[in-house]
Amino acid sequence: MSTPAVPARDSLPDAAGHFGLYGGVYVPETLMTALQELEAAYLQARQDPAFQQELRHHLKEFAGRPTELYFASRLTEHCGGAKIFLKREDLLHTGAHKINNALAQALLAQRMGKKRIIAETGAGQHGVATAAACAKFGLECVIYMGAHDMERQALNVFRMQLLGAEVRSVAAGQQTLKEAINEAMRDWVTNVRSTHYILGTAYGAHPYPMMVRDFHRVIGLEAKEQMIAREGRLPDELVACVGGGSNAIGLFFEFLEEPSVRMFGVEAGGHGIRRGEHAARFAGGRLGVLQGCKTFILQDADGQIELTHSVSAGLDYAAVGPEHAFYRDRGRIEFAYATDDEVLATFQLCSRLEGIIPALESTHALVHGMKRAKALAKDRIVIVNLSGRGDKDVQQVAKILGHQT
Amino acid sequence: MFRLSDAFARARTGHRAAFIAYLCAGDPDFDTSLAACRALLTSGVDVLELGVPFSDPLADGPTNQLAAQRALASGMTTARVFELVRRFREFSNVPVVFYTYYNLVFCNGVDDYVRAARAAGVDGLLILDLPPEEAGEFSTACRAHGVGTVFIVAPTTPAARIAKIAEVATGFIYYVSREGVTGTHDQIAGNIPEAVARIRAHTQLPVAVGFGISSRAQVAHVAAHADGVVVGSALVNCIRDHLGAPEKITARLAEVAAELALGTKRAG
Repeated sequence: MSTPAVPARDSLPDAAGHFGLYGGVYVPETLMTALQELEAAYLQARQDPAFQQELRHHLKEFAGRPTELYFASRLTEHCGGAKIFLKREDLLHTGAHKINNALAQALLAQRMGKKRIIAETGAGQHGVATAAACAKFGLECVIYMGAHDMERQALNVFRMQLLGAEVRSVAAGQQTLKEAINEAMRDWVTNVRSTHYILGTAYGAHPYPMMVRDFHRVIGLEAKEQMIAREGRLPDELVACVGGGSNAIGLFFEFLEEPSVRMFGVEAGGHGIRRGEHAARFAGGRLGVLQGCKTFILQDADGQIELTHSVSAGLDYAAVGPEHAFYRDRGRIEFAYATDDEVLATFQLCSRLEGIIPALESTHALVHGMKRAKALAKDRIVIVNLSGRGDKDVQQVAKILGHQT
Repeated sequence: MFRLSDAFARARTGHRAAFIAYLCAGDPDFDTSLAACRALLTSGVDVLELGVPFSDPLADGPTNQLAAQRALASGMTTARVFELVRRFREFSNVPVVFYTYYNLVFCNGVDDYVRAARAAGVDGLLILDLPPEEAGEFSTACRAHGVGTVFIVAPTTPAARIAKIAEVATGFIYYVSREGVTGTHDQIAGNIPEAVARIRAHTQLPVAVGFGISSRAQVAHVAAHADGVVVGSALVNCIRDHLGAPEKITARLAEVAAELALGTKRAG
């Protein structure tokens, strides 16, 4: 069977929110009208120069854009192959790319007259970004977080509370990101008239995958410009970690129509590809519908959602953003995974060699980016999206490595 | 599917609203669940709504979430849920409607699932997270196999959408009386008569009302206006409250259901 053609990137999703087979709107009826209102408000804001200008202003002055494209000379030397550049989203205010989307959706919520914000969070980065945006704009903020994630990301819980958010613990199921999304959806169904749900990744029902992608496109726009200014050419390969896939699609989107640029999404391999021990949806999942959209999902023979595991809370999720599934079918985005052990080793290596402590999520991208660099000649260029900083992970890693803190 | 329309017709003739009772299939285990379904029959239940346990029931409140967890923990699978309906059909012709989530129907082929449901004796399917916009394949399969489709109208649904929903529903319309998840509430939502009238302007199908209805008085209030009344969490709680003494579940369920059924009779 031949690989289907890659359509113009701007033609996706279609008007009903489909990326080919994937995406769509699979939610309870109570939310349908809210999603349609959100789509209308977003499409209008997207065309509105005043909205775009205000967003650019906040991204610059509050979030700290643009972020550097940093040449990682010692990692490059260590690998002995292609030059490794890091897109430094970790330098953004609140510590990760998540602030791009949180600020934009908070602005949109204001525009829609919604005074109450809810969000889910896994690693806590989206929760912190949302809490900060809500503090800045004076919005009420409730964050849902799995009880297990609250334990392993305790620092971020307190940061959210300092920023004035209420953090609600979710004790259902395996107490991670999936359960937090279920609970946020239940809240939204109950308070839909007053509340906007700031979903944190390029996932869920339309218009979220499209909207969140658009709010992160700035990553790829900057990276392309910076690379051309610095090296006078495009990069050869891009690497980003993929939980839902927001930082990855944000970096990739600007390069989708540059056929010379290869792209890799890196999933969480956990303890290895065995049931319940990883979160590599493309390695062990199949087509299904979960939490708003049709995509690749880790599920059992009956369609019950399987347990997942990853050392990084932000990638510990059973489904993947629909746009990634679409481009994977067409061979445009390739997927790999990194295991917990590889991630822990590279987390320490990057810290020592570059003086940069990467988030465990972003370290997945780094693991694969270094493999790619080793496989490529020295005149080649790989950009790794360093989507977040690892301060939040230090305690957990210390515990895993047996350090006393 | 005729069992379903017949049940509403019989209730109408009897000057009452159809009593639609919800239980989670396999809660707390297969045998107790089958006995619980049987117990409801003695109490004037017109339609049995069976929740199919799913790992991620995002439209359900804690009562139904825990029921689904109990059922899954006891070993319920898709095959066992169908088996439960087959066993129920050995002693009852009361229509059975599945209340479920789309992944369970979709993941191994929608047509195969609907055919198997029909073969087991299922009369209707209500999929919580499947709006009409995405329901093409599902509607085709249900038409092909003679299974009724049930779609939800919410308080937030505007008139134009009600028309769209009425076009795809073939079994009945389920009006969710409040914004929120399933569960019992002391206060019943307002404006039910107006909502039912708004829906009737677009369809001849029966209109059932559910979510948060748990007392005889609440049933009576809804029954005065709607064709059917759905009671769920109040019945599921009978199971939850007797997990330590499962032999008491059937008697308690029959008692609670009988009391609620009294509310379905319309005055005059």
